[in-house]
Amino acid sequence: MKYPDSFGRFGIFGGKYVPETLMMPLQELEEAMESAMKDKSFNQEYRNMLSEYSGRETPLTFAENLTSRLEGAKIYLKREDLNHTGAHKINNAIGQALLAKRMGKQHLIAETGAGQHGVAAATVAAKFHMSCKVFMGVEDIRRQELNVFRMKLLGAEVIPVESGNGTLKDATNEAIRYWVSHCDDHFYLIGSVVGPHPYPLMVRNFQEVIGAETKNQILAREDRLPDRIYACVGGGSNAIGMFYPFLDEPSVELIGAEAAGLGLSTNRHAATLSKGTKGVIHGSYTYLIQDEDGQIVEPYSISAGLDYPGIGPEHAFLFDSGRVRYEAVTDQEAIEALKLLSETEGIIPAIESAHAVALATKEARALSVDDVIVINLSGRGDKDMHTIMSVLEGEKKI
Amino acid sequence: MKPFNGKLKRNANLFIPFIMAGDPSPSFTVDFACMLEKEGADILELGVPYSDPLADGPTIQRSADRALKQGMTLKKAMDLVPQMRNQGLTIPVVLFTYFNPVHQYGEENLIRTLREKDIDGLLIPDLPFEESTEIKEHCLKNNIELISLVSPNSAKRAQRIAREASGFLYAVSDLGVTGERKSLVSGIAGFIRELKQYSDVPVAVGFGISTHDQIQMVQQYADGVIIGSRIIRMVEEYMNSSEILEEHKKQALAEEIRKLWQGEV
Repeated sequence: MKYPDSFGRFGIFGGKYVPETLMMPLQELEEAMESAMKDKSFNQEYRNMLSEYSGRETPLTFAENLTSRLEGAKIYLKREDLNHTGAHKINNAIGQALLAKRMGKQHLIAETGAGQHGVAAATVAAKFHMSCKVFMGVEDIRRQELNVFRMKLLGAEVIPVESGNGTLKDATNEAIRYWVSHCDDHFYLIGSVVGPHPYPLMVRNFQEVIGAETKNQILAREDRLPDRIYACVGGGSNAIGMFYPFLDEPSVELIGAEAAGLGLSTNRHAATLSKGTKGVIHGSYTYLIQDEDGQIVEPYSISAGLDYPGIGPEHAFLFDSGRVRYEAVTDQEAIEALKLLSETEGIIPAIESAHAVALATKEARALSVDDVIVINLSGRGDKDMHTIMSVLEGEKKI
Repeated sequence: MKPFNGKLKRNANLFIPFIMAGDPSPSFTVDFACMLEKEGADILELGVPYSDPLADGPTIQRSADRALKQGMTLKKAMDLVPQMRNQGLTIPVVLFTYFNPVHQYGEENLIRTLREKDIDGLLIPDLPFEESTEIKEHCLKNNIELISLVSPNSAKRAQRIAREASGFLYAVSDLGVTGERKSLVSGIAGFIRELKQYSDVPVAVGFGISTHDQIQMVQQYADGVIIGSRIIRMVEEYMNSSEILEEHKKQALAEEIRKLWQGEV
């Protein structure tokens, strides 16, 4: 069975829970996407942009020092941090911007939390001569000053969102509201495998290059598939991109690291699968963090990119089916892992990706030297310097 | 079975105000519902506040925030209706709620509770036609009208939605979210006339209607108007009123409604 089905369902998850005014724009998007994916010249253009503009393929780096430090499994890093703009987000932004161009839409809308997707959207907008409005919560604007400046430098308009708590969830609501009013000439470029159908499918299509490359690279290096693959999960786009080409390989264990924030026993976490319940967020049926009355609760993670109360519907499905194992990683563990990778390999990961590193290094010790694992290093840590500085220099208690 | 359990007294020139349960307080909501009936309301749309109201503009978002802050929930909102009935409310009540709270409450359980609380209809703005099969069945069994929305860009879907509409058909005047608009989109008359060809139930227009002139214009081709943000703003004016006596504040509020619905009085 291929997922999603024609209505965008991954088992019971996914679908389209949106106001009537969005049904036609979503239909139009779905048709455009299907025709584009079948079109050789579209795919050629997408691949060219990935290689010439973003620098793909990204390397698979053997983390030799980290491996000998832990004395466990052999660890490889998929280097999405080496993409243009510093994270895997650009893969999807390029794909969707090309689709917008194909549909004749000159205006991009995007939501952003930490600003990575906002920067990726602003970047492709500049490249393709499109206007770009990035919706960003006022709280995130305060926390991510540098990325706000980057977006403006790239010519995007950053629109502060004051509703709710002024974070990613609210920015997404506002981006959708704006899209409803302007869907005739605006394209909504969603940054993760979330939202109503066809977004989870489309974003997966534009991210599966990560797993496809990894598969070839590990076969070339080790002449076999890895035993385990780790990726961090907020909305879940880097994880789906990495996992999808391995879903039909039963020998490969897939593990997602979600954010436990200050700990699962507190209410300050973003561990949607460990602690959430089923419901609807941003047009999709999935797991989310909510109270007993069905009001969505603001999550918490040190990593703005994982600080989201929902998760892509395909992850909800893979969680329920047991194909992917999901574990929660605290702020503290992520920071420790970030330091470890920086010191051993000279690679500073994004705090998001450090969650995957933390889980992988914890488990690698218990594995044999014959085992091979891959960590998806979804982004680099440059954007997080301020946060990391305040944690390590003790200004900020976590 | 008659639509709305026989509570709907006419089929044209319908006045359908939207109010938010618990904004600014549960007891105000009960009084306000009765006041609206006295001022000519034909159907009451009772909103349940939600943390993430995707289809709503800033006015209704503010209203939901106020109601949530003072503890309003789906269950408490439904409990207000029997109190309204005790104070003499006779018009049909349609509960307006986003899907997630409904899902947590349990679809079947919710429809049963609507029946128990003498609530006649249900409107879920983020549950499109295609996702509503299950809930529609429960509604049919319990004589609850499941209100459908149709918008100017529904295109081919519009016919099917109109044909299967129950209670009344909620025609969205314009793309976008709820909120007052200076002028209504041209071409809406044609859209409404088309819907009326297919619909067996009254067609009411909502989104952006905020003045008496707009009401009169819409009444020329539609069977009713839904007024939300303008009503919520009246509640805000009431809350900020410098009048000292509650009675005077309520009188001023009633006058505002009269001005809106009947024109200058």
